This record gives sequence, C-alpha cells and structure tokens, in this order.
Amino acid sequence: APCPQWPYCRKRCSYCNFNTYVVPAVDEAAVRACLVREAQTLLRLSQVHSVTSVFFGGGTPSLGSPSTIAAVLEAVAGAAHLPAGAEVTLEANPSSTSAALLVGFRAAGVNRLSIGVQVRGALPAAAPAASRDPIVTVLLPQSLDDAELRMLGREHTAAEARKAVEAARGLFPGRTSIDLLFGLPGQSRDAWAQRLEATLRLCDDHISLYQLTLEPGTALAAQVRGGTLPAPPQDVLADMYQTARNVLVATGFRHYEVSNFARKGALGTHNLSYWRADEYIGVGPGAHGRFVLRGEGGCSREARVQILEPVSWMREVQSQGHGTRSRAVLSPLEQLEELLTLGLRTDEGITHERWGHFSPQLSLQAVFGEQGEARALQQEGWLVLDSGGLRCTWAGLAVLDSLLPDLLWQLQRV
Amino acid sequence: MALAGRAALRWGARLPSPCPAAAPLCRPAWLPAACRRPYSSRGEEKLDMSTYPVESIRNFSIIAHVDHGKSTLADRLLEITGTISKTDRNKQVLDKLQVERERGITVKAQSASLFYNHEGVNYLLNLIDTPGHVDFSYEVSRSLSACQGVILVVDANEGIQAQTVANFYLAFEAQLSIIPVINKIDLKNADPERVEKQIEKLFDIPTDECIRISAKQGTNVEKVLQKVIEKIPPPQCNTADPLKALVFDSTFDHYRGVIANIALFGGEIAKGQKIVSAHTKKRYEVNEVGILTPDEQPTHKLYAGQVGYLIAGMKEVTEAQIGDTLFLYKQPVEPLPGFKSAKPMVFAGMYPIDQTEYNNLKSALERLTLNDSSVTVHRDSSLALGAGWRLGFLGLLHMEVFNQRLEQEYNMSVILTAPTVPYKAVLSSAKLIKEYGKDQITIINPAQFPDKLSVSEYLEPTVLGTIVTPHEYIGKIITLCQDRRAVQKDMLYIDENRVMLKYLFPLNEIVVDFYDALKSLSSGYASFDYEDAGYQSADLIKMDILLNGNPVEELATIIHNDKAYAAGKLLCERLKETIPRQLFEIAIQAAIGKKIIARETLKPYRKNVVAKCYGGDITRRMKLLRRQAEGKRLMRKIGNVEVPRDAFIRVLKRETDK
Repeated sequence: APCPQWPYCRKRCSYCNFNTYVVPAVDEAAVRACLVREAQTLLRLSQVHSVTSVFFGGGTPSLGSPSTIAAVLEAVAGAAHLPAGAEVTLEANPSSTSAALLVGFRAAGVNRLSIGVQVRGALPAAAPAASRDPIVTVLLPQSLDDAELRMLGREHTAAEARKAVEAARGLFPGRTSIDLLFGLPGQSRDAWAQRLEATLRLCDDHISLYQLTLEPGTALAAQVRGGTLPAPPQDVLADMYQTARNVLVATGFRHYEVSNFARKGALGTHNLSYWRADEYIGVGPGAHGRFVLRGEGGCSREARVQILEPVSWMREVQSQGHGTRSRAVLSPLEQLEELLTLGLRTDEGITHERWGHFSPQLSLQAVFGEQGEARALQQEGWLVLDSGGLRCTWAGLAVLDSLLPDLLWQLQRV
Repeated sequence: MALAGRAALRWGARLPSPCPAAAPLCRPAWLPAACRRPYSSRGEEKLDMSTYPVESIRNFSIIAHVDHGKSTLADRLLEITGTISKTDRNKQVLDKLQVERERGITVKAQSASLFYNHEGVNYLLNLIDTPGHVDFSYEVSRSLSACQGVILVVDANEGIQAQTVANFYLAFEAQLSIIPVINKIDLKNADPERVEKQIEKLFDIPTDECIRISAKQGTNVEKVLQKVIEKIPPPQCNTADPLKALVFDSTFDHYRGVIANIALFGGEIAKGQKIVSAHTKKRYEVNEVGILTPDEQPTHKLYAGQVGYLIAGMKEVTEAQIGDTLFLYKQPVEPLPGFKSAKPMVFAGMYPIDQTEYNNLKSALERLTLNDSSVTVHRDSSLALGAGWRLGFLGLLHMEVFNQRLEQEYNMSVILTAPTVPYKAVLSSAKLIKEYGKDQITIINPAQFPDKLSVSEYLEPTVLGTIVTPHEYIGKIITLCQDRRAVQKDMLYIDENRVMLKYLFPLNEIVVDFYDALKSLSSGYASFDYEDAGYQSADLIKMDILLNGNPVEELATIIHNDKAYAAGKLLCERLKETIPRQLFEIAIQAAIGKKIIARETLKPYRKNVVAKCYGGDITRRMKLLRRQAEGKRLMRKIGNVEVPRDAFIRVLKRETDK
C-alpha cells in the first residue's frame, strides 16, 4: 500500500527537521499527478495484490486538497486490491483542518485522522496480510496551551486545536488519533499531569505519546542549547513517561507500542505493519519503503528511498515513473536486525511465527535462548522469551535502546 | 618548565600535527641554501685543520634563560664569521628540528665551527648552542664539558631569571670562564644597569665586565667575539699525545649510521684509523671526520682541542654512549670522567590509538629513540588500552616534544596516560627482596606499588626549585609552594623589587600544573627552574578507583596521604561525567586499601528509548545501533560495568588540562 508524502508546510515548526518545504504556492495538480504516477509504478513493481492501509503523512498533508487524496487512493485501488475497510489515515494540522475540509477528506476515502504535532516517517505501507482494518491518522494538537504552542512554533491556538479534535471526532468517531508531546522546555511534572488529564477529557481512542526530541538544526534545539530555554532533566522526563503510561493504562488504553496507546481495539494498523516488519511502499519526496520487487522477478526485500527534494523528485517521476534515489537489497542479517529493533517496540514483541518468516533456520530460542546477553537481560528482568516470542517487560520497554546494542551484538555473532 | 610560556604544556592529548609529513632526519632539507658554505658539500676539497693549533682554538657555549636571545646571538656570530651568509632569513639557524623552530625553543645542542681573524691571527671558534629548558639541562652540562668558557646571556628587560641562575651555576661549577652579556638593549624598557647590578649581586661579576648588546640588530656582537678570544682560555691539550676524544653528543642518520659529536682532548684523528670505545671496548674504523659549519664538513683530520664529528660504522646510538672516551686501538688512555646519564623524571604510558597501529608505532619509537637516547622505553600493557609502552622522560616538556616529533616526523598519533614520577620503596619483606634481588625498588607504574606491609619506607623524588619573581607576588607564591608540600630553603632579594626563592619540592607536586599555576598567579612574571635533589621519605599510598567494587587498574595512582581525599573526590566526579549511564546503578569510589574515601553514584537509565520509530528513515537508526553493537567489542568491562575505552583517557586528560 502506498504511503504518499506531502512535503509542504505553511510554516516550519520549531522542533521539526523533517523533509518539509515551506513554499507559498504549490502546483498541486503537478504534485498530484506525480504522486499518482509514482504510486502506480511502485505498486506495479511490488506486485502486491492487496493493500492493507494507506497513510498520508509528510509535511502537512491536510494542506493538500481532498482531490489529491482521492486521486492517489484511486490509483492505489487501480493497481491493487484496496478493501473497503482498509485503513486510510491522514495526518492533519489543526489550523488547516476546517470541518468542511475534513468532510471533503472523508468523502475522498480517508477514514482515520491523526492530529498533532510532528508528522514523521514515510507513511505508506502495503501490508499484504491485513490483520484488521487500517486507520487514518490525523495529527491533533500537541499541546493545548497557547504559550506552549507558541514556543513550538505551531501556528494554531489551543482553542483551534480543541475545535479541530472535536470536529474530527464527529467525523471519524473512534478513528481519530491525537499526538501528545511531553518534555517541553520548562515543563514540570505537575504541568504534565494536568495536560494529560485535559487530553484524556478530549481524546478519542488513540493517543501517540512523544517526548519532545531536540532535533539538531531546529530553532528549538538552538534555543535550548543556547540556554534561553531550559530542557527538563532526564529524571523528570522519565517520570513524565511513567506517569503517562500508568495513567493511560489505568483509563483503559493498551500500551501497544513504546509511544502508542489505543482503547477499544483502535490500534493503528498501518504503523503496526512497520513494527512487524511487513512490506511497505513509500510514495513522495523523501519517502522510504521496504518491499520485494516481484515485478522485476526479485525475491529479496529491498530498502528504497525516494528523492528528497520535491522539484527533483517530480522531474524524475515525470521521466522515469518513479523518483527513487536509492535501492539496496537487505541481507538476511539486516532484515533480522530491523525486525528486532522494530518488533521489540510493541507489546506483543516478536512472535516465533514472525521470526521464522525471516529466519527459517535459526529459531529465536536458538539465537537468544542460550548463554549470552539476551539471557542476562532476561534474568535482570528486561526481556521475556517464552511461547509468545521475544518481548520487553514493562520496565524493559522504557530502556529498549540500552537493550538493543547487546541483542544486535549477540545476533551478529551467531 | 621554565619555558612553557611559549609551549603550552599538554599531554594525554593528541598534539595537533601542523605538518604530518615525516621530516628528513639526516639532512635538514629545509635549511636555506644560504646557510651552507659554498665549499661545504661533501666530496669536495677537504679542509686542513692543522692550520689551527690549540692556541688559536676557543670552545664555548651560549647559555641563557629561554627567550633571552641565545639562538639569535648564535645566528649573528655565524654571520659575522662568514659561516653563513648574512640574510634576513637567518632565524635560529642551529635549531634544526621542526619542533624547535615552531616553538622557538632549542631542544638539542648543536655545534658550529666559526673561523675568525682577530689581530692578524686566524682563530677557530667552536660554538655549542645549548637547550634553554630545565628538562634538557643534562644537554647543557654535557655541552659544557667540551668547553672552556660560556657566554651568559641575560635579557636587559627581564633581568636574571630562574634558568639564568641554574645555568650560571652549571658553568661556575665546571670552572668555566663566564662572559656576561646583556641582550636586547634596543628594547624600549631595557634597563641594562639594573641587570648589571643583579649580575654583580648574584654572581659576583663586576658590572663593567658585562657587554651590552642587541643580537637582533647586531650591536656590539663583534665585541663579544673579541671577548671570547681574550677571556676564554684555549683547551689544555696536546696533539702529540695519544688520541683521547670525548663523545658529547650523537645523532642518527639513516644512511650513514651514528654520527658522534666529539671533542679532542689529545692527539689527532683521521679516516682509516682504528679506534676503541672505552665504554663498550668495541673497535671501529673511522670512515669520516669533520667539523660542523653547522652542516657536516669533512676534514682530513681533527686535532687536539678541536670539536667535530666522527662516523665510524656505529649502527646504534647506544654504541656512541654520550660521555664515552674514544682512543686508538692498542693505545689505551685514561678515560675522561664522562657524565651522569640522563635520568628520567617523568613516566607515562604510551599506547597506539588503535591497536592495529601497534607495529607502526613500535618502529617509529625505535627510530625516534635512536636520536633521543634520553627516553627510556619499557614494554607495557593495559587491559583498557592494549599493548603499549611505559616511557621515561626528562620532564614534561621533553615528553611533549617527543610526542610532537612522533607526530611530525612519523605521522603517529598516540595516547599518553597521566604522568607519574619514579617513586621508590625500601622493602622489608624477605620474599619480595628475594623476588626483586634487591631491597630497594623503583616504581614507575602504580600497578607495581608494593603493599605497606612489605615495605619499611617509601621514598619520593624531590627537586630544588628556583623561583625568580617581582616581590609583589611573594605572598601568593609562598602559599602555592606550601600547598605543594614544599619547604623553603632560601629567599634573597636580587635587587629592590626582585626576589629569588628556593624551595625543596616533591617532584610529583610540580610535574602536572605547578608552572601554569605559578605563571597565572604572577601574571606571567615569575620564572621557575629546578634541579634533581634526591629522594625523601614520604607517606605514600596507592589509591584505587572502584566501579561497583571492582578496581580499575589503569586509574590506580600513587599519591601522598595528605592529598588522597581531594584527588579521589575529583577523580570520582570526573568519572561520573564520563561513564555513560547503564541499566543499573554504578558506585564510583576512591579507595585506599579497604577504606573508601570518596564516592559518586551514577544513576541507572530509567528511560532510554527513541520516541518515534515508524517507516521513515530507519536506515540511519540501524547504522547507529550497529555501531553501538560493534562498540560492545571495544568496551572495557569492569565487573558488569561497561566503560568506553577512551573514558579513562578523558578523565586523565581533563585532570592534566586543568
């Protein structure tokens, strides 16, 4: 399933170093044509029969018009089977999502909204083995506090954000996700607890919880480094994360991934397929993909990156049908490394079945069950390896990045 | 240390290498052509040195505090005598090493023979330029042994400094004629009168004997030459005697082997003669003799009283033992007294940054020590740093210069550990005495520090330090010295506002940062010099650093009991900043024996997970994780604590960067 990227924003947020371009007038028709063409080309190359979910992300996709979304979805449906219930998520920015526009998007085929802060990642994924219906993600407000929003460089106000969420919930009941950001400069534990409470009153059934990352090269990072904004200490950040986990789980959310929470089964299918290392196709400038080129007779999973700069990307799509910047065949070890890195982020972890799909010869037990790092990490209470597979404990999930080097090191030596 | 003003002291640091190309060791190719006499290239007509009988020879050195103009005066003397042609480019012609020219210091003594006609007589003046730094005072005393007199240069503005005093006494004790010269009289603030009074007061030399010059402008330099001829006696020796040659220096040439600098105290020497080393008893055939102008200039012979060089098929610098006496085969002579061999004062571990560089570094070290026999080398290894060496240096500047030469001449970057001084232990345990075969051992590596139970006494090296300072800083300097466990030995006003202080210091107290501290509290005006003053009993202990109870061998330090608490606290604090957080709490402790004297706690990670990980650029993230996974291989594991290999170095480096 394609994952079109919309690389344009009205304004660059102070924390964002994503591939976005702030240009006043986008030749939307041309961009639309290129997205359609690239989606068609890549789907043909991958030869997928069925697309599980579509995710419109990138810059602020909601700045694109519903007709663009509709055109891309039509192209997807034309190149592969797109089941009626397939999750179609749109990332949205509160200030560019009027109720009327949302209605338009819904009519175009969007069925899930993700409202919020950062739009990140190449979104599209073709997950041939759909486990459940996909969801659309609209980006909801980060913060519901005007001062915080100003600091983040967001151009919407808290009131606008609240309105946008309410409108979205009205149109996409049970399928509206909101982003929640913690660790803002100067934020205290108490302030965070209050924010969390306010969010719970407003939110739908899906929350993405992010610690603010100070990406190098962003205005916010420069201010924190320069000392004009105080970054919360590590201990406070850890407390905020733990508080949020506990509160959300207590209110009925399932902590199904490091940063993602869902209740009433509203898990984001699309993102789950990344963490399960399913195949996905990235469409649009700077999008990433992982799929097998069956159309060219390939049988190996490839990593693929599309050209980052929109104008060059368009030129390339127009002449070649797709704007791929690089392709690389992933070795079996590389695939396992990615599976480990991604899969351990989820509460289900890596199942024996999934591992076996990538490693038919060596079982999880054979790699991590014997003497070594993983065994020590299990004994220390960070990991579990049982009949369900390999996964993090509640404590282990919060320090996953400290576990991974050990696990990869052990894997590399097998 | 008296010159660190120009040469910032850094160690444990990778010195920047402004010119990584290996400089030629044999021929100073950068030497301007103007520096060479037209007839000096080898293979051309050889000089006949017999026209210079003993009476017309003067052998002398120039000694001075750093920066007082020694090398500039040498340049002028070379020009006046036509040894080199006069150009603006003659700047420290005798400083041949790249590091010398960059830093404006002389590290290695160099010789030059000058021809000068005075009142109708042709004189042969052998000038031996000497290093101006306390680390290299052994070079000075060695050079002086080939001389009968010295030019003592004092800056007209700065007056007598610590190094001036030290050098004066070296010359005085060697009973050499001393020609006091006050340099830089062209400077605006020059006060030669005051300096003359200082010289009179301190050295008992009448004021009217001082020559006021400007080496830079050439003022009165001719007068200096005349004084050299008038005041310095010719060497007392005879060409008719059997050959007796003192080896006072040596260098190594990749093509020609060892080149020994010699002074003839009797007889003559020529190509083809068979000679014997009094030290090794080895026999050699002379291939070439000559004088230095300052390039090698072959001669037919060298005669008694003359100074020159000799090439005789010696393969290793150790064969040309400095202080050795050479004589003719079957004509043995009473060997000259020779000198104490250079004694390392400071030891440090040296390791390749990457173990794969071990062999390259080994060969670079071997070649460089050929040219600098004062460095001692012992193989060593550390769990954290791998295989390496423990090197002994004459002092910190020597260590730094050596490191810089490794970088510049051999393009090697190394890790140097914190310096330590050579302690001693008087053993009481019969078992240990038997093991070592002696009852007193020298400890150059803290890992070898014997337990108090098997030792009757620990000894630490001391130095007698001389400080010359404007009097307004006395109070602060006395406090500084007391902090360093120093004992005052003398205090003397050398004029109305300058004071000379003498203190007995434990060497380890001045090795790291004393000079910098002195300079900073005296706004740069105080100068410092020191000389070896033997050993004293000391309450030494070995301080261990523990991570969760497990000792870190490479951070063990030998330290005075009084200083242990402060040092332990500092080290723990720095480690806390350097070791990355882990999944469990880490106790960082300093301990003496079983007693913990300082502790820091490194809290565990409570949250360490990237917030966002979707289908975006996972490639970059995988690259980082793979690097971290590979990094596991390079981790030093102390108990279950993982420490990056460079963490200890960073801790030590910061300690010395202070």
